[in-house]
Amino acid sequence: MKVSVNGREVTVAAGSMVSTAVAAAGVSLYRRSVTGEPRGPVCGMGICFECRVRIDGREHCRSCQIPCVDGMEVRTDV
Amino acid sequence: MFDVVVVGAGPAGLAAACRAAESGARVALVDDNPVAGGQIWRAGGGRPAGPAAAWIRRAERNGVEWLAGARVFAVPEPGKLTIEQFAGDRELGYEKLILATGARERFLPFPGWTLPNVMGAGGLQALAKSGLDVAGKPVVVAGSGPLLLAVAKYLRARGARVLLIAEQADQAALLRFGVGLVAYPGKLAQAVQLRAGLFGIPYLTGCWPVEARGPEKLESVMLRRGRKTWTERCDYLACGFGLAPNLELAALLGCRMSATGVAVDELQQTSVAGVYSAGEATGIGGLDLALTEGEIAGFAAAGKTREARARFGARERHRRFAGGLERAFALREELKHLAQDDTLLCRCEDVPLGRVRGCMGWREAKLHTRCGMGPCQGRVCGGAVEFLLGWKAESVRPPVFPARIGSLSRD
Ligand SMILES: Cc1cc2nc3c(=O)[nH]c(=O)nc-3n(C[C@H](O)[C@H](O)[C@H](O)COP(=O)(O)OP(=O)(O)OC[C@H]3O[C@@H](n4cnc5c(N)ncnc54)[C@H](O)[C@@H]3O)c2cc1C
Ligand code: FES
Repeated sequence: MKVSVNGREVTVAAGSMVSTAVAAAGVSLYRRSVTGEPRGPVCGMGICFECRVRIDGREHCRSCQIPCVDGMEVRTDV
Repeated sequence: MFDVVVVGAGPAGLAAACRAAESGARVALVDDNPVAGGQIWRAGGGRPAGPAAAWIRRAERNGVEWLAGARVFAVPEPGKLTIEQFAGDRELGYEKLILATGARERFLPFPGWTLPNVMGAGGLQALAKSGLDVAGKPVVVAGSGPLLLAVAKYLRARGARVLLIAEQADQAALLRFGVGLVAYPGKLAQAVQLRAGLFGIPYLTGCWPVEARGPEKLESVMLRRGRKTWTERCDYLACGFGLAPNLELAALLGCRMSATGVAVDELQQTSVAGVYSAGEATGIGGLDLALTEGEIAGFAAAGKTREARARFGARERHRRFAGGLERAFALREELKHLAQDDTLLCRCEDVPLGRVRGCMGWREAKLHTRCGMGPCQGRVCGGAVEFLLGWKAESVRPPVFPARIGSLSRD
């Protein structure tokens, strides 16, 4: 299935999490911290909130816990 | 309204749900993840992995209602839980509650630990299971505990170049434990199998990371062993210092805690009547203990005390094994000095260790520095604070944020 990450289209296997699609797009910075540091996933299991991204306009979604849906639009901080 | 609601669909929760349902109770099983299985049987590609599939079928056959992608985040009144799903919130009524919320990794701060691609050991494994491509990537696995071996083995099977495993515990402690293993032939076989899958990967005991480096993401890690320090170039550092139980929900319900986790009686009942707990939430003990405690809790919550008691002997054996593990992998003092005053301790609010160290305890730290007040609510820094400063997280009741993730992180 196809999802877009920061405007770039990537193809991922069915059942992949959004975090996978972000990495597949070559992005390692998922969000910027309150002081502007780059951050990416840490726990992979929904507790650290470091993998937060915007999905279809919805803010603060934990990308490691949400499966990709065809046509999803994902935005990370830059 | 359910007779029994089980929170957590890892081995403990699955066993509890099945046993309660088989005993005639109307059961709901709730888990944050889209697929059941918990940590050890974490699904890859959206399908249940390993023995989880059989447990899920068994639960379905017995009419267990499965609520996936559902995080319990509040307890508005006794007998009621509020759960958050992608689609929205809902309430769930229960007669008996079983907390099988499992454990998470313990992270310790060191310079550079906040860089992208520095992850938990189980964290990188979980991401790889959900599709992250690690093939050909150089990885250093570090921290402590048997999980490091399982993770290295998994990553290698997925094509990663695992450069080395850095285990902070000393060889002497591990050998003492290895000798103890002989009393548990099943475990010994497992350990040997694991080693076999790891052939050729250096397993360095008494070794730990002191600094992660890179401009915008990880490029190399500096390691120390004895007096020697050196640098390894790598794409990922998979680093976790053992496990810590998930206690938030139990704390919210007012359950008493023990030295290892949620305090339970012999039938796995907590200090709050009608609320049970099983698996790693009660203390780190591995798969077999989680399954056995889950069965006991499931039977007990459904009123089948005799069946529950029949499993006390097995539980005792598994607990002794867990005790040996804990002693062998105890964290060394040196790890307390890795983080500098300017090293971030709280990653949500970017609070450096130096500012938190100046506080009297958790309450003051939260008020004055916002440490532990971000979206993770201390789940990441809590374990570190306990190890570095000796403050127990549950000595402060977590504020009941009846709020969505969004509204928590906006301010
Ligand atoms: C990251 C990680 C990786 C691991 N990998 C391995 C491995 O490869 N091999 C191995 O032998 N052991 C592994 N372990 C050890 C493992 O924890 C135990 O062997 C076993 O899975 C414990 O079972 P459990 O049922 O007690 O808890 P878990 O398997 O942890 O299950 C608990 C479940 O509860 C859910 N949960 C928690 N709180 C809530 C809430 N508020 N609302 C909804 N759901 C909630 C969690 O998402 C989780 O699915 C790992 C542990 C961790 C933390
Ligand atoms: S990686 Fe920790 S919440 Fe997603």
